[in-house]
Amino acid sequence: MHFFPFLAAMLLPMRINKAIKFTDIYQFWRWRLNGAAAIAVGLFIFLDDYLEDDVIKIVSAMYLAGLIYYLREQPDFKKFNILLNAHIPLVGVVAISGITELVAPKFYDTYHTYFTSIELMAFGWVYARFATSKKQQEEIRRINERRTELEAMVAERTAEITKQRNELQETVKELQATQAQLIQQEKLASLGELTAGIAHEIQNPLNFVNNFSEVSMELIDEMEEELAKGDTEEVMAIATDIKNNLEKIRHHGKRADGIVKGMLQHSRASSNVKEPTNINTIADEYFRLAYHGLRAKDKSFNAELVSNLDPNLPVINIVSQDVGRVLLNMFTNAFYAVHDKKRSAAEDYKPKVEVSTKNIHTLSGGPYGIEIKVKDNGSGIPDAIKDKIMQPFFTTKPAGEGTGLGLSLSYDIIVKAHKGKIDINSKEGEGTEFIITLPVQ
Amino acid sequence: MKILVVDDEEDVQPLFLQRFRKEIKNHEIEFDFAQSGEEALNYLKEKHSEVVLILSDINMPGMSGIELLDHIRHDYNMPPPPVVMMITAYGDEENHRQAMDKGANDFLTKPLDFNLLKEKLKTYSE
Repeated sequence: MHFFPFLAAMLLPMRINKAIKFTDIYQFWRWRLNGAAAIAVGLFIFLDDYLEDDVIKIVSAMYLAGLIYYLREQPDFKKFNILLNAHIPLVGVVAISGITELVAPKFYDTYHTYFTSIELMAFGWVYARFATSKKQQEEIRRINERRTELEAMVAERTAEITKQRNELQETVKELQATQAQLIQQEKLASLGELTAGIAHEIQNPLNFVNNFSEVSMELIDEMEEELAKGDTEEVMAIATDIKNNLEKIRHHGKRADGIVKGMLQHSRASSNVKEPTNINTIADEYFRLAYHGLRAKDKSFNAELVSNLDPNLPVINIVSQDVGRVLLNMFTNAFYAVHDKKRSAAEDYKPKVEVSTKNIHTLSGGPYGIEIKVKDNGSGIPDAIKDKIMQPFFTTKPAGEGTGLGLSLSYDIIVKAHKGKIDINSKEGEGTEFIITLPVQ
Repeated sequence: MKILVVDDEEDVQPLFLQRFRKEIKNHEIEFDFAQSGEEALNYLKEKHSEVVLILSDINMPGMSGIELLDHIRHDYNMPPPPVVMMITAYGDEENHRQAMDKGANDFLTKPLDFNLLKEKLKTYSE
């Protein structure tokens, strides 16, 4: 049976031709491959008449082997390697069969059915391989398509996410700018509340400066009179008074200076530099400023101010201007609360706001920090809003009166920037207690 | 004439003593001082009969001048009732009305005009 190798030698080029039909190498290979197929047919028809079956087998095997060898050498047909290799068993089987038939015809005749069936199997193998390779190629093509599709999707998503991220970054930047602006506005708002208090606080020392300088001028007139009289003792007494007065002028001038400086510091952007500070000083200063601030707005308002400042407080490293703002905020809130209660409370209600400072120690007795307590007997915080008071923009004041940032900024300053804490005890109708704890760094 | 000056500012004391230097020297006026309403009431417990005139700041920590005035009018108003003059940095209507309602004889604003005060004192001492 020399039919199969020729059939294979004809079908192989035709199949390759079909596979490359829509590629640019088709033009070049089309006629060459068709030629190779035609030669296989030609050889089959021609040799059948002139040669014995055994020789034809050997020739057909050689032709097929040559064809495979040639095609394998072509880079264009690299992807057909599986198909080409599938022909090798057929070449081998046909060659062995042919040689056996030629050399040992008797042996061949006895077993020719086996030889034929092996040839048939080898031929079948080619087509089985061809079918699987076709399927594999189909699979690979599909996977590639799917991969391209997925890659496109991933690229699209990535672009989308990048865009969203950029937008978010932009939004965050805007929010940060807005926050900075709000903080500045809150500072200015609290400065507004302070203005009246500051005016009062400055007016007092200025009055002293004016009064003591005026009285000193009078004293000098008197001194001249006494000099004329020759009363040296009186002259000396007056001179001492004048000296004391000048000292007082200087003292009150400095007091006013300190208030103006404090005011400027309050409105300036925070330097964020922690400096050793005496909490008592700023507590006392802002306590009075807050009181006079409210006092100036509502003249009928009066409250008992109680200060229990521990004189043995250690100096502590803080951004004094920021902590001062927190205290101012707490005092203003306390005064607001007692003021609020006074409107509805009984005649004998006595508004009272208390500030106290104390040293706190660790369990082992070492220094832990400073506690500042601001306590009022005002209207208290209703349970329903206790969770919300630290939130930005939450305010119980009428629209336009409070920014709702006071406590939220206080929280940022005390907890975030100074690693301290703020505790709140409040009972509606009875009063509120804010306890600030600042650790000694 | 004994005058009690009530003001939480300590430096008010040398100021009054110097401003009224001549009057003090001539024993026309004698000054005593209190730094709070509470201190003033304590002082009055002992010496209310001696004090002719009380000058009090309104705005003080703790007991305000108005409350002090209220106490004086209730507890130390036996004839002759002391003259009470209120002093405040907030020279507004509300303060003025309150002080007058509670029985103040006069109402002065800070910064104090000592010449005016002297004029007023003269009328009360006559």
